[in-house]
Parts: sequence; C-alpha cells; structure tokens
Amino acid sequence: MAMTVRPVERPARTLKEQIFLWEVWIGLVVTFRHLFVNLARHVLRALGLNVEPGAVTIQYPEDPAVLGKRARTRHRLLKREDGSPRCTSCLLCETICPAKCIHITPEESPDPRIEKRAKTFDIDIGLCIFCGDCVEACPVDAIHMDANNVELSSYTREDMIWTMPELLGDVPKLPRALRATRPASGVS
Amino acid sequence: MSPLLFSVLWTLIKVAFALFAVGLNIAGLLGWVERKQSAVLQDRIGANRADIFGFRILGLFHPIADALKMLTKEDFVPTGVNRLFHTMAPCFSLGFACLGLAAIPYGGVVHIAGKTLSLVPIESPAGLLFVLAMLGLGLHGVMMAGWASNSNYALLGGLRGAAQMISYEICMGTILAAPAFLYGTLNLETMVEKQAGFLWGPIPRWGAFTQPLAFILFLVAGTALSKRAPFDLPEGEAEIVGYHVEYSGMKFGMFLMTDFMENIVVSGLAVAIFLGGWQIPGMALDGLSGAILMLASFIAKLLAVLFVLMQVRWTLPRFRFDQLLSLGWKNILPLALANFLVTVWGVYLWR
Repeated sequence: MAMTVRPVERPARTLKEQIFLWEVWIGLVVTFRHLFVNLARHVLRALGLNVEPGAVTIQYPEDPAVLGKRARTRHRLLKREDGSPRCTSCLLCETICPAKCIHITPEESPDPRIEKRAKTFDIDIGLCIFCGDCVEACPVDAIHMDANNVELSSYTREDMIWTMPELLGDVPKLPRALRATRPASGVS
Repeated sequence: MSPLLFSVLWTLIKVAFALFAVGLNIAGLLGWVERKQSAVLQDRIGANRADIFGFRILGLFHPIADALKMLTKEDFVPTGVNRLFHTMAPCFSLGFACLGLAAIPYGGVVHIAGKTLSLVPIESPAGLLFVLAMLGLGLHGVMMAGWASNSNYALLGGLRGAAQMISYEICMGTILAAPAFLYGTLNLETMVEKQAGFLWGPIPRWGAFTQPLAFILFLVAGTALSKRAPFDLPEGEAEIVGYHVEYSGMKFGMFLMTDFMENIVVSGLAVAIFLGGWQIPGMALDGLSGAILMLASFIAKLLAVLFVLMQVRWTLPRFRFDQLLSLGWKNILPLALANFLVTVWGVYLWR
C-alpha cells in the first residue's frame, strides 16, 4: 500500500503571538500566581494554620517513602499456618530467575505429605532485578515481593544476600560484622 | 587629613561597598534566591539540607556550602589546554563584571558634616559608557575560555557566546542611546537627577515612563547580555554544552558568579536609567539619613528588578540560537532605532 501523506496545516501566528511580550506576560502571570499562592501557604502553615501544603515534596528520610500498592519491593517468604515455610523447594523460582539471584538447597521434609523443603533459601538482592518472575512462578504462593522495604543498601556484597530466616522475618537483617555467631544460612 | 587623601580613601570605601556589599553579597544570595524561588513557583521546597548546629533557616547556608564545595574541589586542568589563558578566562569574566559595578550610582551627592560627598564609586562623566565597556569586555573571558579549553564543544560554546554577546551589545547601545539623548548626558548620576519630580499626576518622571519601549527592550537585551535564561545558550548546562565544560572547582564557580554579577550590573543600569535610581518620588534626600535612604531605595529597586528577571528566567524556555539572533537583529535593533528616532524628533519638537 502506498504511503499516504497528510499535510498538516501549521496554525499561522497572530500578531499578538509574534509580538511575544503578551505571551511572556501570560506565562509570568501563571508563575507569579504559583509563587505567591505557595508562599502564602508556606507562611500560613508555618503559623500553624491547617491549609493545603505549598509544596508536594515528600521529605523522604524523615517522612516514610510513599510506595504504590503494587510496587515490587524486597522479597518475603511466607509461612504455613503451623509456622513452617511454605516453600517446597521446587526450584521453579531459581530456574526462572533471569538474574540468577536465588539459591535454594533442598532437603527431605519430615512431614510425609510434603516431599521437600528448603534447607537454605538465599536471595542476592544485589543481583535481583525486581522483575517479579519468581512470584509468578511459585506454585505454592511461598514468595512475595511486598516487604515494602526499599532501603536495601549495605557496605559489602555479602550483606546484600538475604537468608531464609531473614526473608521469613524471623531474624532482623543485620550486617555480617554485627551478627552473632550463627550459621550463615540455616533451617529456621 | 588632606583633601586628596580623603577623596582617595572615600573612593576606596565606596568601591569596597560596591564590590562586597552589593556585588558579592547579592551574587551569593542570588544563588539561594534562584533555588528557592524556582522551588516555590514549581510547588517544591528546594534546597533545605545544609545546616549549622541543626539550624537550617530556609536553606540559607547553601550558598556557603556551595562556595566551600567549589573552593575545596579539585581544580582539574585537562591536557592540551593553554594553561595561561585557561586560568585567565574566569578572572577576565568575573573581573570585568565586578568593575562594571563600580560606576553604578548607588546614591547621589549628599552633604554630611560640612563635606560634599558623592555616593557613586567612580564619578565619571561617561559612566554609562564605562559600564557598557565592562559588560563588553566580559565577552573576552567567554571567548578565551572556549579557545583555551582545547575542546570543540567549548570552542563552539564560546563562539555562540561571542555572537550572542556582540549582537546584544549593539542592541544595548542602540537602546540606551534614546534615554541618553533624552537626559542629554552619559553621566549616570546626572541621569538619575534628571528623573526627579513627577511626570503626570502621581507618576514619577522615571525612565520607565518616559521611555517605556526602551525599558522593555533593555530588560530583554540585558538578560541576553548577561547570558541568563531564556538566553543562556552560551552555557546550556545540560543540553548544549557551553564554553566552560573543561572547567571545574572555583574557576567554574567564577563563571557562575559572573552571570550573577552581570545580572546585578544590568539590573543596576536598569534602576539607574529607567527606575529613577536612588530617587524616592516627592522626597529631597540629603544628609546622613538621606544617604541611607538613597542606598536603601536603590538596593530595594535593584532587588525588585532582579526578582522579576529571576521570575522570567524560571518562566520561559530557552531560545533556539537562530531565534535568539533574529530576535536581536531583526526585532530589537530596528525597534530600538525607531525608538531613538522618535525620541530625537520628540525632543526636537518639544524644545
């Protein structure tokens, strides 16, 4: 099919637009209005009145970060009702992970109805690309990305690795130097 | 104290006032105003993190923090630059901008304790030409920086700056010819004195009312001459690389300061020629209180002009280079010439 060309008429500039000063004036009116309205709001709030804030800024480290409802943040491992991890060590998440940041060691489960369970479950957050494929892949709904934790930085690469108890929320994440002597990753 | 020694001392005091109290002080504050004003009009808060002992006072410590940062940063000089010119360029830029401040009339002649004192740092019958010359010489800093950097980006930025500044230099001269003809002098102090009294009813006889077209054109050309947005093409911080790409540390800071300084000089000229300088309508100022009122009046008008220019800077997008040049050569220059002719005929017929 031949390409069709549709000529678009450019609107001719009127004299008022060409003089330019009137348009500048309109722009200035907008910015001056913003300036004075916001200034008044800042002053009124500083005086303790409850008016609309003059700025939409979130003062992040002091005020908590506002995350969307569906934001993909740090992983979280879920538990069954009896408190054991839901993970059955099927390795689907480890297989699908494009960044290869999940490392699972399976072991026999003492429960005869469950075939396997995870001995260790490490996620290297430093490698994770937060794609959410692991969450999609999990057949038993054992992994979520809704810990709403975005402050994940650390001083060493080892400290970027989250072990199973930490992902389950049983143990607080502490830098390796501060951690008491305990196995680097173990069964909870 | 001999009269000569006294006059030398008095001039030094005035120059120090112009440089430190007006120039460096307001230039430093303008950095804060630029951040805060833009933040408030864009519904933001703006820089407010720098603190001393937990006191933040609306981010007023940020200029100090900036200056400290600039001074302590590494002054990196790339290989292949012409070291002499590379170092001289920011000094030229800032130095001439500061010199321009010296001829601005911050106040008139006052009589204090039996002495007749003038509050203009450099009393020259050609003060206007002096300021214009200093603004023009600032161009050499830009070109020198572009050429000495041994970088094509910097060179092109420098050439852009040169073309822009020369174009608007000519516009500026043509614009100011009309008020200079109207006042019949090139002495900035006399110009201010000519603006005393009232034009019509409560409207003072200020240049902005007797030469409204020249005033608007002057603000446009002045913004372009001091390389401020919307005419900041020589720099073009993020998009089009400017003449100071190869600069770092305080040398870069001096270029930034030059902008503010030239802005102050242009605003000072605008106040002196178009806004009645130190005049307060309907008041005869003399004595010590008069001197203080003169300075206060002048600085208040200066700050008001700077405020408006800053608002324009955060309102308009940057011009394209051909638009910039056609605005200068095809619009401002003919309008300024027409204004000059009308002024000449008007003055001729009035007499």
